[in-house]
Amino acid sequence: MTASVNDAMGGAGDLPALGVAPRHRLRLEPAEPDREARGEPLPPAVFEIRDMAVHYGSAQALAETTLDIHANTVTAVIGPSGCGKSTFLRSLNRMNDSIPGFRLSGQVLYRGHDLYAPATSRVEVRRRIGMVFQKPNPFPKSIYDNVAWAPRNLGMRTGLDDRVRHALEQAALWDEVKDRLRESALRLSGGQQQRLCIARAIAIEPDVLLLDEPASALDPLATASIEQLIRALRHRFTIVVVTHNMQQAARVADRTAFFGLEAVDGRRAGTLIEYAPTRTLFTNPADPRTRDYVSGRFG
Amino acid sequence: MLYAACALAGLSALALVAEIVRELVRGAAPAISRYGLAFVLHSRWAPNFGRFGGAQALYGTGMTSAIALALAAPIGLAIGLYLAVLAPSGVRAVVGPLVELLAAIPSVIVGFWGVDVLAPFVAHHLEGPLHAALGGIPLFGAPQTTGLSVFTAGLTLALMVVPIVAALSRDLFATVPRELTDGAAALGATRWEVIRGVVLPATASGLAAAIVLGLGRALGEAIAVLQVIGDGEGIHASLFLPGNALAPRIAQEFISPVGNEIPALFYLGLILLAIELSISLIARWIGRRFDVTRALST
Amino acid sequence: MSARAASLAGRRPRGDQGRRTTGTPLRPAGNLRRRAAISRAAELAMASAAALAVALLVDVVATVVANGAPAISLAFLTQPSRGLAGGGIANALVGSAVMVALAAAIAIPLGVLIGLLLSEVAPGSRLASALELVLDMLQGLPTVLVGVFVFGLIVTAEHKETGLAGAVALSIIMLPLIARSSQQVLALVPGTLREAADALGVDRWRAVLGVTLPAAAGGIATGALLAIARAAGETAPLLLVDGLYDPAAFQLDPIAHGVPSVPMFIYTTYDLPAPSALSLAWGAALVLLSGVLVANIGARILLARSRRRMGL
Repeated sequence: MTASVNDAMGGAGDLPALGVAPRHRLRLEPAEPDREARGEPLPPAVFEIRDMAVHYGSAQALAETTLDIHANTVTAVIGPSGCGKSTFLRSLNRMNDSIPGFRLSGQVLYRGHDLYAPATSRVEVRRRIGMVFQKPNPFPKSIYDNVAWAPRNLGMRTGLDDRVRHALEQAALWDEVKDRLRESALRLSGGQQQRLCIARAIAIEPDVLLLDEPASALDPLATASIEQLIRALRHRFTIVVVTHNMQQAARVADRTAFFGLEAVDGRRAGTLIEYAPTRTLFTNPADPRTRDYVSGRFG
Repeated sequence: MLYAACALAGLSALALVAEIVRELVRGAAPAISRYGLAFVLHSRWAPNFGRFGGAQALYGTGMTSAIALALAAPIGLAIGLYLAVLAPSGVRAVVGPLVELLAAIPSVIVGFWGVDVLAPFVAHHLEGPLHAALGGIPLFGAPQTTGLSVFTAGLTLALMVVPIVAALSRDLFATVPRELTDGAAALGATRWEVIRGVVLPATASGLAAAIVLGLGRALGEAIAVLQVIGDGEGIHASLFLPGNALAPRIAQEFISPVGNEIPALFYLGLILLAIELSISLIARWIGRRFDVTRALST
Repeated sequence: MSARAASLAGRRPRGDQGRRTTGTPLRPAGNLRRRAAISRAAELAMASAAALAVALLVDVVATVVANGAPAISLAFLTQPSRGLAGGGIANALVGSAVMVALAAAIAIPLGVLIGLLLSEVAPGSRLASALELVLDMLQGLPTVLVGVFVFGLIVTAEHKETGLAGAVALSIIMLPLIARSSQQVLALVPGTLREAADALGVDRWRAVLGVTLPAAAGGIATGALLAIARAAGETAPLLLVDGLYDPAAFQLDPIAHGVPSVPMFIYTTYDLPAPSALSLAWGAALVLLSGVLVANIGARILLARSRRRMGL
């Protein structure tokens, strides 16, 4: 995968081609042409993030960040290692709460509700904003029980079989496991386990799906199937994907946010540098830092 | 050369265990040939009459251990969960060692406390209400005055077993990978649901081994039980009556044994040894399915 | 439209809570209120269990302190017991010290050697696996049975109960503890130290003795300290093999005579018909408990320090 993203986007834009042999060029279309390119208004904002900053103890991990994440879009979060992408993502469903020293300032509104208000229930937050982790983490239970566990907790006891089946179908895993639902989930391959984790997350019908480098631990074939899944799931969920793989962002995301490590108060902290429709960010970035990253000059 | 020294030390340990078994069998032989297996069926222990039966001791050991485990297993697990999952790190750093210190108290002092504090408490505050509420069950008979009973012995043993179960289970719970509990939490589960659905199932066999080890402790305790169990006669239904058990009986009678009592005591010892060795093996077998030896750092 | 597209287009199964509740506030509602209450109750139960354990510890210690403190005095600590006439615990302290020291002299070298075998010299060998099993058995052995064993071994042969028999019994109790803790501490020594010794072309056993063992010395000493504290508090084996002694004698010859000890003092004095007996017994209990607790807390601190030194 040595083609520049620029080439992948079809060669448009003013970035010089990087002298890569044609056969390495990827021709990929985004799932649908940018809404903005078509002149449609953006869907309503699911997350309204205003001046959100994250500290772990005295160290600042994320500088003040402001952006909106829109409904039924796939938003990619890219950037070099350590730029706070995971921290940003995990702040969206309160998964950073258990990390000692975690402190969030600013405001994160989810559909108008303050995620970090004292009265907000973490459990309810996670019910609506689901997460899939970098390394597949199926429970040491059967495939069926993995998917059915959370719905059972939530009290969704009727139609459980249908619910499990539906989730596994949506995760493009049903055909492969339908005859061995009672087997241990740990016997699945890495790619299958990750799709199981996705099925598990969507079985409770969340509103948002947060994916933290979902394919980084997988081989290319499995990665491709995950990416296909992400594009398809967008119709039902709002998706935010963290990825260190720029080409992946180009393939799956409608909008992309680029974070970098910038000096803040004398220390380096993750900072949102640019946030734009994916095509624009990769072919015609506004910020020189984005341009540098995207063309491979650093990171 | 070092190897030789180490090997010698190791072999001597092996020889030690073999010797212990051999010595107990040898000492018990006269009693075994005299009473045979019927020994476990008779409950009367009358050294002056030359009549010895192990039934009462076996019953007492069984009952006290059952009471001890019924209390210590859930309480110990709850403490282990608290320390591993719930407690903030400051609290954990203090409470954890305190719970372990409970295990370090010498048995004679625990027994002392049992006689001085626990027995009166049981007699005045527990036996009455328990008899009133559950008197229909023969186990909870009429209250006694001294509080020295099978019941009190069970409670005392529970106090000694709780820290063992708590420390072992805490170490086990800490081994559950963060990613599993994160994954469960990310699915909108409450803390208890995460514990029940992920933490407990993942450690189940290790917990069983830990409880079995606690049982082993309860079965073998002599001094503390001797002090609070009251040295009663025979087997009774009510837990509130005094009784006796294997380890305490051995300790008690061995101080000044009467004539042919010694082989009978060895016989009791042999029975206790067989039980304890089986417990060790069972715990290892269970633990093999989940590496509990990592947690056996007591 | 393909079947897959149709399923992806949003056909949803019926379920109790299949409704999208996206617009409602993020506060617990309905089912969650109950689940959250259950979770809180469970958390409360767990915290209460921990509180109970701490409360019991405090109660035991407080009882010993309250009952024993009045008996503590310089005379109490420096005078030997006068049997029914009262006295102090000086001879019991000396006797305990002598027996425990003897026991340690036996158990520490043997235990460390076994620990070395399990961790450095022959880990994974058949001998090692047999030893693991044997150590588990020894650790689970009731102390009263250790007493019975030593009784059969030594006391019947010598026809008397001696301090030596007591020391042997205590050493059997200490052995598995020291072996296990030594094994664990040795296993924690960073592999880089061993590699460095290897790279210098040093003999295997010289490396172990000169590098690994000293690095683990702190941890081993701590384990030994804990084992000593444990042995010092044991009553049952002494009851059996060292139960006959002259309570007033200052016995420094454990080989020929029974030797008084603090746990035995506590146990036997308690029942004496003397007026001061109870108080003396509690006083001795306080001394014993203080020693044991100090040793445990000290060991904990030492362990933390030695771990830091090893770079853990």
